[in-house]
Amino acid sequence: MQVGAIERVTEVAIAVFLWALRVVVILVVVVGSALTLMSGRYSLETWSNLVVSGLTLGSIYALIALGYTMVYGILRMINFAHGEIFTSGAFAGYFIAVGLNSVGFLNASPLASLLSVVIMIAVAIAISTPLALLVERIAYRPLRNAPRLVPLISAIGASYVLQYTYRGLFGPGIYSYPSVAWLNELLPIGGLRIRVLDVLVVASAIAMMVGLYLFVMRTKMGTAIRAVSEDKETAALMGIDVNRAIVTTFALGAVMAGAAGVLYSLLYTQVYYLTGFIPGIKAFTAAVLGGIGNIPGAMLGGLFLGQVESIGPTLFLDGFGVPSPNQLKDVIAFTMLVLVLVFRPSGILGERIAKARA
Amino acid sequence: MPLLTAQQVTKRFGGLVAVNSLDFTLEQGSIVSVIGPNGAGKTTFFNCIAGFYKTDGGSISFDGTPINNLRPDQIAALKINRTYQNIRLFQNMSAIENVLVGQHRHLHTPWIASVLNTRGVREEEAAALDEARELLRYVGLQGRGDILAGKLPYGDQRRLEVARALATRPRLLLLDEPTAGMNPSEKQQMTAFIRRLRDDKGITILLIEHEMRVVMGISERITVLNYGEKLAEGTPREIQTDERVIEAYLGRSGSGDESAAQRAGGAAEPTAGAATTVTGA
Amino acid sequence: MTRALAGPGAATVAPRVAFDWRPVVRIGAIGGAVSLYLCLVGIVPVFNQRPLIIGVISLGQTALVLSLFATGFVATRKLTGTAGARFLAGGLAGGIAGAVLSALVLVGSVVPLRNVFLNASPELYDLLTFGLGTSGFWAPLVTGIALGALAGGFSLLRPRLRRSLYVGFLSVVIMGLFAGLIRTPLLSSPLENLARLLFAPEGLTPVGAVITFAVAVALNEYRRTNDLGRRYRAVPSDRRWTVIAPAAVVLSIAVLILPQTLGSFFAQVIAIVALYVMMGLGLNITLGLAGLLDLGFVAFFAVGAYTVGLLTSTGEYGIAQWSFWAAVPFAVFFAMLFGAFLGLPILGIRGDYLAIATMGFGEIIRILAGSDLLKPLLGGPRGITNIPKPFDVPPDHWLAGPNQIYYIALAGAALIAFIAWRLRGSHLGRAWLAIREDEDVAEATGINLVQTKLLAYILGAAFAGLGGAVFAALVGSIFASSIQLIVSINVVALIIVGGMGSIPGVVVGAIFLIGLPELFREFSEYRYLFYGFALIAMMRFRPEGLLPSRVTLRELHVAENEQPPDAAEGALVAQEEAG
Repeated sequence: MQVGAIERVTEVAIAVFLWALRVVVILVVVVGSALTLMSGRYSLETWSNLVVSGLTLGSIYALIALGYTMVYGILRMINFAHGEIFTSGAFAGYFIAVGLNSVGFLNASPLASLLSVVIMIAVAIAISTPLALLVERIAYRPLRNAPRLVPLISAIGASYVLQYTYRGLFGPGIYSYPSVAWLNELLPIGGLRIRVLDVLVVASAIAMMVGLYLFVMRTKMGTAIRAVSEDKETAALMGIDVNRAIVTTFALGAVMAGAAGVLYSLLYTQVYYLTGFIPGIKAFTAAVLGGIGNIPGAMLGGLFLGQVESIGPTLFLDGFGVPSPNQLKDVIAFTMLVLVLVFRPSGILGERIAKARA
Repeated sequence: MPLLTAQQVTKRFGGLVAVNSLDFTLEQGSIVSVIGPNGAGKTTFFNCIAGFYKTDGGSISFDGTPINNLRPDQIAALKINRTYQNIRLFQNMSAIENVLVGQHRHLHTPWIASVLNTRGVREEEAAALDEARELLRYVGLQGRGDILAGKLPYGDQRRLEVARALATRPRLLLLDEPTAGMNPSEKQQMTAFIRRLRDDKGITILLIEHEMRVVMGISERITVLNYGEKLAEGTPREIQTDERVIEAYLGRSGSGDESAAQRAGGAAEPTAGAATTVTGA
Repeated sequence: MTRALAGPGAATVAPRVAFDWRPVVRIGAIGGAVSLYLCLVGIVPVFNQRPLIIGVISLGQTALVLSLFATGFVATRKLTGTAGARFLAGGLAGGIAGAVLSALVLVGSVVPLRNVFLNASPELYDLLTFGLGTSGFWAPLVTGIALGALAGGFSLLRPRLRRSLYVGFLSVVIMGLFAGLIRTPLLSSPLENLARLLFAPEGLTPVGAVITFAVAVALNEYRRTNDLGRRYRAVPSDRRWTVIAPAAVVLSIAVLILPQTLGSFFAQVIAIVALYVMMGLGLNITLGLAGLLDLGFVAFFAVGAYTVGLLTSTGEYGIAQWSFWAAVPFAVFFAMLFGAFLGLPILGIRGDYLAIATMGFGEIIRILAGSDLLKPLLGGPRGITNIPKPFDVPPDHWLAGPNQIYYIALAGAALIAFIAWRLRGSHLGRAWLAIREDEDVAEATGINLVQTKLLAYILGAAFAGLGGAVFAALVGSIFASSIQLIVSINVVALIIVGGMGSIPGVVVGAIFLIGLPELFREFSEYRYLFYGFALIAMMRFRPEGLLPSRVTLRELHVAENEQPPDAAEGALVAQEEAG
């Protein structure tokens, strides 16, 4: 029968296609890496620098990704505006940095610089958290029971509002962070010379992630959050204040994102009203990569994505003689995302949300 | 040759064995019930037949063709269809649209023809509409085709679900608790209706039911499951008097259930073509 | 924008004052925050340069006035009690809001707020204090009290009168916004003198404002007393087209002669709207019917555009110099091919993951299109230029220039709307709806999920490809930065705001979300601010969209009880009487 023939052809086509995809990907990765490494064009130092910057960038993605993954876990909703919460932290840090610099404190001594960074992060968190709660209150809470597309559109709206609010408040220009000399000093670690800033970023990120993990696993509120993520109705029946759990989740995500905003801007020394958009998208990619709803997954996904972005272009593509391989770093990242979703839809560590059938 | 044969069918969920090495046969044109306590694996077994689950062991074949690893739409193509324990209609489509979806596999005109509204398309759609209206009439929903499925009363929704399944022109129909939530008179109507399905259309019926009056009144054979295994199998009278079944499911003497079982057993054995109804006490 | 009135109810406090002041204070504080926001984000100072009624009030001042007035109104709306209490409450709320602004002026005179907030400038303070500067810091407070009290009085009016006043004021604001756009084309027509009387170069003349107000109120009264709404609803739905048809004919004629009458700016805007309608209808099938959330939709648009570019361009990257008409079928075909190619691997992915995977695709294509790797083929960041227009006509021909794109875009949109309509009523359309309703059951009823979803994907891609083809001809070039993620997001937003699954809904959505921001280019970046608020508000108050299909309407109001038609009608009438 004609219909059956089309079906069979489609099925065969899909199977062949997926196999070809696997083969091509493996070829590109293996052959590309081999070619690049064999050409000996890049020294060990270059590679280690790339790995370090991958680690740094990955830590930031991980921090932001945690916010996405937790909100998704508890509300099944993509918090599109999370990138803008990140931006608020970046801006807050900027103004504090400028202020501290104008009184000479910022660069007064290494200790003063460190203290300044701490203050910047603290203020950033103090701004990002209420902002996130405000967004939740206005754009998400009324829509708790709506089908999933509705809060998504509302989140997109909130994202626009925040972006253009920043633009209105602070102007369209790009602001440069005042330079902090101490952060650029090199530390000898394990035979390599690594910037203080990189160490700081990674260390802060790890500290915050550990703190978050302990919170979610060991405290009463953390358990409540996990319960609500599993089954909202039953958790409510058990006497858990679902609303408070949700609000706390948003707050936790905002804390991570606000801090990440400061760290990111210290790394890239710039902030403007659209700063958060692309890192936001990448971080969400990382969360999905690791398994959405899965906290260790978000951390892993973030670090993994950072490495792929950093090393990927040079490692895989340079060997093939691809011009300007760094232009394509996002292509590698997104291709990896698509592959993970095609072949392992629940992410690397598996999602924590069960999908029932029939 | 039996219409449906299941051999050593096993289905596991993690550590739980929901269906354990089950053997089962179903003869063409019969009405058979599967009963058992909650959690006995009845719906799981249905889902294995219908392609919702893949079996972890054993095989199922329909008319000689193995079906245990086919997709649900392939199963539907083989003329096996089902209804659901919790009604699963397309809530926001009208009743007649629900039935029309059931005819999907019989509508072959390509989408380009639909855009051009060729004569072939018009004829096919008209024929489909006629058949859909006829099915609605058959299940007792004539004239209600334009009502949204979600807005129909409960009993009508169950009947609409059957109509949708009938639209696929099945040879085997799996009914999952078709009388759940109905009052006694509705149950009688549904029982008679199920018998008519077999008598008028020659459809083989496999039934999951908890309501013993319905089960005893309509089934030619009954299979009893317990903990995923077959506990007993036989005619209604044999099942009613089977010690193990009584202990596991029907209830011991002195309780009201036994008298219910006896009463149900007092009804005549269902004969093909007779419009016997079971009188409730 | 109304804020929630949640707060301790008046009933829980035995009032020794004439009203329960706590919610009033709270509303006042919120109102103050909103007014402060409007000032600092720039709406008040920047829009101050744009008059609403020339010589009387600017747009910025209007925003401020509305904010303070609304604060007072929301605070007093639900109050019971004496008239005096209303005035007091309104004044209190408005006063608190005004006090926030006064505080801004005071603080700003001491602390260099401008280092952080660009708009905390002397110009702003002058605006707030009627030119008095810091010494006039009390001015916003007084203004707030006055406006708030006025609002309290307003809430005393009967609802019918209130609604008439709303309509009047709203009409004045809208006319003021559009005044400049309407005036310019009218100047070269017989209506020139009328135009000069009513409209200033920007905004309304005082005369124009008064006349607009009066006309709007009169029309509203006419509509109400003749109960036009009821009479329309009383017409059975299959005969309604006799009412709509004449209006549709007039509208069609107007649309057809638009470039000649209103000029090419309007034509261009409508052409862009038509392009988004094409894409919206495509996504309407993929998302609205089959339920596949595709955030990489712009990729198919890109394929269509680049195909036309490559095949027709006379520049260095054109590989053939075909005519537009020969290239279009290929554009659509390649878009469909891409749809199949991208769709095959990802169709097994569920729900939100599909959104991310498709978004990834879109970005991959954008980056590849602009990359150096593919530069020899696709022109890198500069893209492909010198794409000729479809019709090669002399410059004074009525089809010259952008006008021809206008007609082609309209024709394309109409064609796609027709195809979409036919598909929706076919068995394929029903299959898509079934998949969206309950995918597993649809499969068990015999629908091959992969094939059907793939078809939705491919057809959606085809429509987007056609849109891309027209776009390439419209702009004359195509480059990677036209393929932003934001385009896909806009398309998703417009079909949801317009009404998912509904063809007129897509058109309406495109008009509101694409057309209006384009028309208001003069407000440049603030239009996105309004866009964002509009999205949030829509989802809060009308998530089914502006013109929903009956499916979406029921989906989103499932919990509501439905009364039999007569009772509902009666309730509706009673509601209208009460205002």
